[in-house]
Amino acid sequence: MAKVLLKGNEAVVRAAIEAGCKYFFGYPITPQNEIPEYFSKELPKIGGAFVQGESEVASINMLYGAAAAGARAMTSSSSPGIALMQEGIGYISKAEVPAVIVNMMRGGPGLGGIQPSQADYNMCVKGGSNGDYRNVVLAPGNVQELVDMVQEAFDIADQYGILCIVLADGLIGQMMEPVELRKPKERPIPAKDWALTGRNGGKTHRVYNLKLQAPDLEKDNFDLFKKYEVIEKNEKRHEDYKMEDAEFAFASYGTASRVVRTAVDRLREEGYKVGLVRPQTLWPFPYEAFDRPQIKKFMDIELNMGQMVDDVVLGCGDKEKVEFFGHTGGVLITVDEVCDFAKKIMGGAK
Amino acid sequence: MVKEDRRIRIITGYYGSGKTEFAVNYAFQLAKCAEKPAIADLDIVNVYFRSREKTKELEEAGIEVISSSVVEDNCDMPALSSKIAVPFLDKRYDYIMDLGGSEVGAKVLGRFGDTLDRSEVDFFMVVNIYRPETGSVEEIIHQIELLERMSGCKVTGFVNNSNLIHETKMEDIIAGDEYLRQVSDRTGIPIRYTTCMLEEVSDVDTLRKRVQGEIFPMHYNMRKIWM
Repeated sequence: MAKVLLKGNEAVVRAAIEAGCKYFFGYPITPQNEIPEYFSKELPKIGGAFVQGESEVASINMLYGAAAAGARAMTSSSSPGIALMQEGIGYISKAEVPAVIVNMMRGGPGLGGIQPSQADYNMCVKGGSNGDYRNVVLAPGNVQELVDMVQEAFDIADQYGILCIVLADGLIGQMMEPVELRKPKERPIPAKDWALTGRNGGKTHRVYNLKLQAPDLEKDNFDLFKKYEVIEKNEKRHEDYKMEDAEFAFASYGTASRVVRTAVDRLREEGYKVGLVRPQTLWPFPYEAFDRPQIKKFMDIELNMGQMVDDVVLGCGDKEKVEFFGHTGGVLITVDEVCDFAKKIMGGAK
Repeated sequence: MVKEDRRIRIITGYYGSGKTEFAVNYAFQLAKCAEKPAIADLDIVNVYFRSREKTKELEEAGIEVISSSVVEDNCDMPALSSKIAVPFLDKRYDYIMDLGGSEVGAKVLGRFGDTLDRSEVDFFMVVNIYRPETGSVEEIIHQIELLERMSGCKVTGFVNNSNLIHETKMEDIIAGDEYLRQVSDRTGIPIRYTTCMLEEVSDVDTLRKRVQGEIFPMHYNMRKIWM
């Protein structure tokens, strides 16, 4: 297919529909409003349904319902809206029904602002709901990757029976780039023989949350974590950029990594041996990608106050090796700032 | 060149067609030849990549910037300044109005009714054939109808802004020209400008021979250097 020029938010809708998503439930919030807007136009054309919930709380529970019925469905929101969805996220995670959420992050905490941010790392990667659970979290670094990851999110969700979050930010949502809709790699996707579509003469289908007997609930959780181990084994993903001979490395994802990439190019031109390790999955986190004894310092660059630092430290095994620079509240970092910061860390080491 | 256009240039087009990038580039051109240039940011649709983000650079070039009446520019309230109508009456102004996308963005003009003398207006429709909803002759014509109905203005010229950003080749611009020529034949609306982002396509002379409309060389103003 020929390339088209799409805004990130439009691209989400194209990709989701390409992936077979027929149901969307959501509530408007800047900077992701193009997503519900486009879904509301497009889904009726393909026999699907768009529902604007009365709130994010209603929307996430509608998603839970559609997913429990075996449908490919999704919701999207931005930071404060995702915060409102946390109860439903926990329910979906416990029920192990496949569902997809897109979060176009904006500045926080609280109602915050409408400019781009990455301050939901902790909420989405570590989990903002109650109980022992994990969600797969994908972190696109450009609009093409957003398209690819949204499609893949549906397959990952179906393959493992898990909630998959595409964690992008307002800038990727609003940014326009040429994209191509292409098929994701084939995955083994099990039949949804558990879905609440009626017994049809067979065994009872169940999707449930409540388990009153503690040992039963514990067993469920153990099973859940066996599944998470498989996902950790299969799904970790990262990209190395100019890391071959690097002595220093940036750690960055999403929009921040775009700025960093340009900074790497500039610093390389000045003779610095520096590269970028860009996690593409935030859970499971690619810890091994940071296990590089030859790297003298990891410079973690984010649009928040350093929420990924702990994971980079776990990966490289040395907290003295990790430095952080970022902006928060919707302020973007600039290439100049990243270069200046890096030079301070690297000193004269070229 | 820009000086020959009518005194009030209203920039419209489908969502994401490149109106603001064109409008800001146009403003810098206008500043070179107009006594009292001004640009109004009427984008109440989008909250990112608005011309008001370039207020400092525009003002340094001697261009008056009129935007929201709300001081905070990081705000998505559809608040319009009463100053917007001043250049309608004060004929010393050379004026650019950068509308929000699609017919929703064009709706803003309805507010000004008869205070806007249509004979003084060039209503330029920016078209990028690589955007959704404007990828065929029929779709472009449909968009013209929507924009005209909502704004009460007739499109007076097209701006062929067909591009794929950093992947733009000269042939992509020419393909846009071919579509717009067909639209032009059916509607009688001329292609006024063909944009050429110099960072992507530098051979302006070759392009000039192959397209209709005056070549309008541009530079990136709205995209960050790392994008």
